[in-house]
Amino acid sequence: MINHLLRPATSTGAWWWLAVAATIWGIAYTANEHLWTALVALAGYDTADTVPGAIHFFFYDTGKVLLLLVGMIFAVGLLRTALRPERVRDILLDKPRWMSLLLAALLGAITPFCSCSSIPLFVGFVAAGVPLAVTLTFLIASPLVNEVAVVLLAQSFGWRITTWYVVAGLALAVLLGAVFSRMRLDDQVVDFVRNTPTARLHAATTSPTLPERIDAALQETAEIVGRVWKWVILGVAVGAGIHGWIPADALARYAGPDNPAAVPLVTVIGVALYSNAAGVVPIAESLWAKGMATGTVLALMMATVALSFPEFVLLKQVLKPKLLALFFGSVAAGIVVIGYGINMAA
Amino acid sequence: MHIEIFGPGCRNCVTVEKHARAAVAELGLDATVTKVTDYADIAARGVMATPGFAINGAVMSTGKVLRQQDIVALLREASTAENT
Repeated sequence: MINHLLRPATSTGAWWWLAVAATIWGIAYTANEHLWTALVALAGYDTADTVPGAIHFFFYDTGKVLLLLVGMIFAVGLLRTALRPERVRDILLDKPRWMSLLLAALLGAITPFCSCSSIPLFVGFVAAGVPLAVTLTFLIASPLVNEVAVVLLAQSFGWRITTWYVVAGLALAVLLGAVFSRMRLDDQVVDFVRNTPTARLHAATTSPTLPERIDAALQETAEIVGRVWKWVILGVAVGAGIHGWIPADALARYAGPDNPAAVPLVTVIGVALYSNAAGVVPIAESLWAKGMATGTVLALMMATVALSFPEFVLLKQVLKPKLLALFFGSVAAGIVVIGYGINMAA
Repeated sequence: MHIEIFGPGCRNCVTVEKHARAAVAELGLDATVTKVTDYADIAARGVMATPGFAINGAVMSTGKVLRQQDIVALLREASTAENT
């Protein structure tokens, strides 16, 4: 019985389920706004004081970020169950180049990307005739921009900087794709990729029903939140720590906007670090609070999530050395340009 | 009956293999479970998102960590088709 309530079986039931879930989420979000303030007041403390303020901030923010993450991952999960890689491939085929580049970046942003899936995906796209440059755009955008990164960035840096990050990430993917499509790179793919037959999938022929999509989105939400919650708590704890005392400006001297070497340096460090968005946001936030310039911090984040040694090893299996070097080099160079640009604009 | 799990060996693929073996045991089927880990082989079967799952050569699911009950349902369906 409970299983039936938790997982709707009919289409009407699914709509009701969504309405009830959205209501519960809204109530929880509103309650979180007031609950902690009320509790601190009840205990006889003032949130304006350092320690009660930091504790209040920690609980309130942990609740808020976790609720936002659950809501966002679930909503994107519902959307992406209709966007299987096979579907994305069909969307990207036979469009004007500029449009397929733009779509590749946007679809990359909402499609999940586990790095162990990147090779089959790459092969599936290229073998089916999606242009190489468009596939590379997809590969750049996919790890760089995703819903977890957006929620965590917005939480730590605010919506203005998050918007910069998303726009810069998508622009980087599209522009590099446009550059790649002007180059002759088709012989730079390892031979088996072109010789792979594009088999038609049994599983791809049926489109999922709404109850199935809810089920899949729930599973995905549980999986992702189960993986990143500890980073969220760490991130908020860092924020709460900073909340209390005045940030030292040691880093501002070395990695502030006045030091032109800082951006390329953090980009190299970011490539060497291997982490996802959830792991790197807390580090980035504390560096930012200590005075590192905004563009420098975003360059560090982008380099960490977009490029890494494991990614290099994976792509080495499908890209010949020249293209592999070009791919890594141009993404890194693009990130440096973005870092400088944001430092100048900020 | 022949079951294949497609994936280079990341955590999700290992989980699906575990669920598949448990499902086979639950139904008491006479089935082999093999893993396809080579990228060229995975791609040649049209699997673009890992983990992939196939019964008797037909790919039934990709990019999804199937639960034991999901696999049980797929296996039931396949064994009915086999017997008719």
